[in-house]
Amino acid sequence: MTHPTTPARQEGPLLDGGGPGSGKSASGGGGGSPWSARLFRADVRTLSLIGVLVGLALIGGLTKPDAFLATSNVQLILTQASVIGVVTVGMTFVITSGGIDLSVGAIVALASVWATTVATQEYGFAGILFTAVIVGLGCGLVNGVLIAYGGMVPFIATLAMLASARGLALQITEGKTQMVTIPSVLDLGERDAYLLGIPPLVLVFAAVTVIGWLVLNRTTFGRRTVAVGGNAEAARLAGIDVRRQRLYLYLLSGLCCGIAAFLLIVLAGSGQNTNGNLYELDAIAAAIIGGTLLSGGRGTVTGSVLGVLIFITIQNIFALNNLESATQQIAKGAIIVAAVLVQRRTSHTP
Amino acid sequence: MAPEPPLPGAEPVTSADTPPLLTMSGITKSFPGVRALDGVDLEVRAGEVHCLLGQNGAGKSTLIKVLAGAHQPDGGRITWRGDTVTLKSPIAAMRLGVATIYQELDLVEGLSVAENVFLGHEPTAAGFVVRGREARNAAAGLLRRLGHPEIDPARLVGELSAAQQQIVSMARALSHDVRLIVMDEPSAALDPDEVANLFRIVADLTADGVAVVYISHRLEEIRRIGDRVTVLKDGRAVAGGLPAKSTPTRDVVALMTGRNVEYVFPERPARAALAEPLLTVRGLTRADEFAPLDLDVRPGEIVGLAGLVGSGRSEILETIYGARKPDAGQVHVDGRALKTGSVRAAVRAGLGLAPEERKAQALLMLESITRNVSVSSMSRFSRGGWLDRGAEFTAARRATRELSLKPDRPSAPVRTLSGGNQQKAVLARWLLRGCRVLLLDEPTRGVDVGARAELYAVIRRLADDGLGVLLVSSEVPEVLGLADRVLVLREGRVVHTAPARDLDEHRVLDLVMEGSPAS
Repeated sequence: MTHPTTPARQEGPLLDGGGPGSGKSASGGGGGSPWSARLFRADVRTLSLIGVLVGLALIGGLTKPDAFLATSNVQLILTQASVIGVVTVGMTFVITSGGIDLSVGAIVALASVWATTVATQEYGFAGILFTAVIVGLGCGLVNGVLIAYGGMVPFIATLAMLASARGLALQITEGKTQMVTIPSVLDLGERDAYLLGIPPLVLVFAAVTVIGWLVLNRTTFGRRTVAVGGNAEAARLAGIDVRRQRLYLYLLSGLCCGIAAFLLIVLAGSGQNTNGNLYELDAIAAAIIGGTLLSGGRGTVTGSVLGVLIFITIQNIFALNNLESATQQIAKGAIIVAAVLVQRRTSHTP
Repeated sequence: MAPEPPLPGAEPVTSADTPPLLTMSGITKSFPGVRALDGVDLEVRAGEVHCLLGQNGAGKSTLIKVLAGAHQPDGGRITWRGDTVTLKSPIAAMRLGVATIYQELDLVEGLSVAENVFLGHEPTAAGFVVRGREARNAAAGLLRRLGHPEIDPARLVGELSAAQQQIVSMARALSHDVRLIVMDEPSAALDPDEVANLFRIVADLTADGVAVVYISHRLEEIRRIGDRVTVLKDGRAVAGGLPAKSTPTRDVVALMTGRNVEYVFPERPARAALAEPLLTVRGLTRADEFAPLDLDVRPGEIVGLAGLVGSGRSEILETIYGARKPDAGQVHVDGRALKTGSVRAAVRAGLGLAPEERKAQALLMLESITRNVSVSSMSRFSRGGWLDRGAEFTAARRATRELSLKPDRPSAPVRTLSGGNQQKAVLARWLLRGCRVLLLDEPTRGVDVGARAELYAVIRRLADDGLGVLLVSSEVPEVLGLADRVLVLREGRVVHTAPARDLDEHRVLDLVMEGSPAS
């Protein structure tokens, strides 16, 4: 009865035998099985991404043994990964649903400058955090309404948002850097605030990652996201409110941008209209090399986060070895191409 | 255009000593799981109108795609004016002089008429500069020849009516040095007077010695313009070169329907007194698609809609289901009116659709069986959006086991299943949801003959459990064998309603093709 033309190549988790709780996505871990089995079952792509990361660590360790492996450098890598990482988690959801959000960098910029105006800073820590999140959500709402209910193509709607949000950010700052004067915000970025050696920013990143993974793999929201991306028409005919789902997804991306903007304010101690430059490309690239299908229907938060870590580690190694950023860009491009070629080999067209 | 008197014998146009323009012999073509062409022979002579007849799935489309160079045959021989040829690509076919006008017109709406006519072979200067005026003049000449001088070659094709677009398509065919034109249901989108013009064009073409391969479901058209008929059934030519004007309709229909495979249908249970209808449709209308429709489906009843492609069958199902918004009319489930044009309202009220295009409209191909089955009932396995995957798995497996879906491995990707089991996954989805009325659109499309009987049994069992089933199929025996009551559709209108046991295949085909009034 089996279809004769079934492609033989499949990813691990889908192939395992039955048993309650074992139907899981490629990014998923295990259900009720022992840890060893779960680890073994991690799919090929995740393992290869970890392999790349280990390889990079070796290169870093060999070229600059003292500098690269220093605790402070590892903390630096993780801190730098936090801002773009949070953005990438939101982007992963949008891409999984078959959409794209080009406005993430611009939203981070707008949220960071809006949250650091003199007026906002009067409200202290909470004012900055609240404003950053609300601006992110507001932009996401506009994107979501235009795409889900206005019938606009995500590429165009978020491109328009990119342009307008950047423009608005420039208008607010008039091109000036807005210094943060609230000590409680600045303190978060200081070494004194580290918990067991982990910077608070990294904790936020970790929390967003874990929540993102759970939402994508363990909730109806995640299932609907995958369904909409995999086959929007089938999802609609199955009774899913596809438009509302799309709206929520761009809201989620906006929310992540708001959180990332707050992290960036803490990190830089200021708000600038040039913040988040080209984040959209980095986030998309990280999601794609992580294994999220650009056409939608399959997404992995784990892969995206590994993708971000790979990019940031490369950046770090190049910086430590005093190589030009131009070379670094070329390496990045090569990695994207390599990852997509691997993706074409391991994924199947239905 | 009075019909010519029938010519004697089966050789009406050219004498047998002129070699045929085109001979296709023993053409085979398989797609995964389907043998679309199983040794088809076709012979076309210069200057004749050769009609291709056959039910849906008989292999007509595949055959003309082979002829157009769009499909490569697995076996067989094609000779063109006496020489054996291979049609490697559409361009190769076009160079020989074969042009195809598909049912789905393949024009670029954003380009002008002239640009469309000469797309790919534009008159150029210095090899790449398009001579716009020359193209427009040449296009205008072709349009005049086709009897439509009023179409401005500079207009955008997107602004034209369907009939005008067809003329443009024909002009494109004639812009090549064409010797054979294939027309796939050219009259389907045309008004009667436009059809008359089409026939005049066909007559002009054949008078110039061009051969026309004409596909239509309308027997009366074939009688009017056809010279010879080839009938396809189950991927074989069951009759070639029949005289189009003199072969009795009865014989043609018998050739189209005579079957090698007998389907096994489940027995109809003796029905007790009829219960209140589960699904009631009153005056449901979509302009251009189907006329006001009244329909009842009772619990335990399978109601069949029989009709050809384009008769509005799928549109009716999708409108009942809320996937299309009706212009007028109401749908009631259990006596309660449904918000029209809302799939979510329909699903909540207990409707479930197994759509015609299973892969495109129903399945999440990257996902497992479980997730495909549970997608419409996720709220049952979740609290606050948090999925209980154990409960989901158990319930999905119960539903798939009830339908004996193979393999019994819910984590298997749905794309690895056979067509019949994919359909069962869709049915399991609605079974799990607890749906009351199943709308089945071509439920056995892409399903092996062997697996069909099992699927029929499943559908009957679901009905016996108290579901109402509304079934659409272009395979008349399927509707007659499975349904309790049949509505025959022709061009968006119910032309006949009867218990299935009072109808036979010939009668239904007569009704859908000739549209003779219901007796």
